[in-house]
Amino acid sequence: MKKVEISAKTVEEAIRLALQKLELKEDEVNVEVLEQPNKGFFGFFGNKNAVVSVEEKINHIKYTKVFLDNILNKIGLKPKIEVVESNDFITFNLSGDDLGILIGRRGDTLDSLQFLTNLAVNKNNLQRKKIIIDVEDYRNRREETLINLANRLSEKVKRTGRKVILEPMNPHERRIIHVTLQDNIYISTYSEGDEPYRKVVIIPKD
Amino acid sequence: MRELVEFLAKSLVDNPDQVQVKEVEGDRSIVLELTVASEDMGKVIGKQGRIAKAIRTVVKAAATREGKKVVVEIIQ
Repeated sequence: MKKVEISAKTVEEAIRLALQKLELKEDEVNVEVLEQPNKGFFGFFGNKNAVVSVEEKINHIKYTKVFLDNILNKIGLKPKIEVVESNDFITFNLSGDDLGILIGRRGDTLDSLQFLTNLAVNKNNLQRKKIIIDVEDYRNRREETLINLANRLSEKVKRTGRKVILEPMNPHERRIIHVTLQDNIYISTYSEGDEPYRKVVIIPKD
Repeated sequence: MRELVEFLAKSLVDNPDQVQVKEVEGDRSIVLELTVASEDMGKVIGKQGRIAKAIRTVVKAAATREGKKVVVEIIQ
């Protein structure tokens, strides 16, 4: 992100010079006036220039695309990238051949890539935005799988009266299990163990 | 693979010009030695090594595609 501090006789002049230097337009930047100019006494004493700080507004989508393109290129992949923006987050859905390696075992490569992208894009950035990276709708498919798993295992716990411990999952996946089963009157759920090996446990309600 | 580690590290740190990645080729694997400015160590390691782990996971995936074994080491 480009940023300059410029001082000039007036605020307007300082902004104009800053935009010139950054080669940006007024709507592409955030301006902060650090010091108001002071004409001084009869224009002699205490003559003070205006100082402004002008910073390029980050374009999350543009920046994330460049970041992802760079990484995918270095891995040797050329997927199609579809972007969906909502209030709280931006989803980048990748599709194309050979993208299995981007998902990894139970999505761990995809989660790592998403984690690093969020760090890189939101670095030094006050306007944080959550970035979600998905490959061929993997996240929705995984959610469906987890909901089915939760329902199947809750039936088993209800039938046998014995608790079931699931395999380790990340917080997001555990939440899907808890939420799916929260209204089930026959069983209850909790998590145990430490990250990254924390697991959901389903027990019968007595 | 060296370029991937270098790009990831540069995207995360405050002093990208001080990022260095040295490639040491072993018999069966490639070791990538990552060096960053001392004040940037936290930015490539993270809480409980979370960032370092994510870097390794992504690099490992990329390496698998090329049929290589790659180890990323962060040098103090």
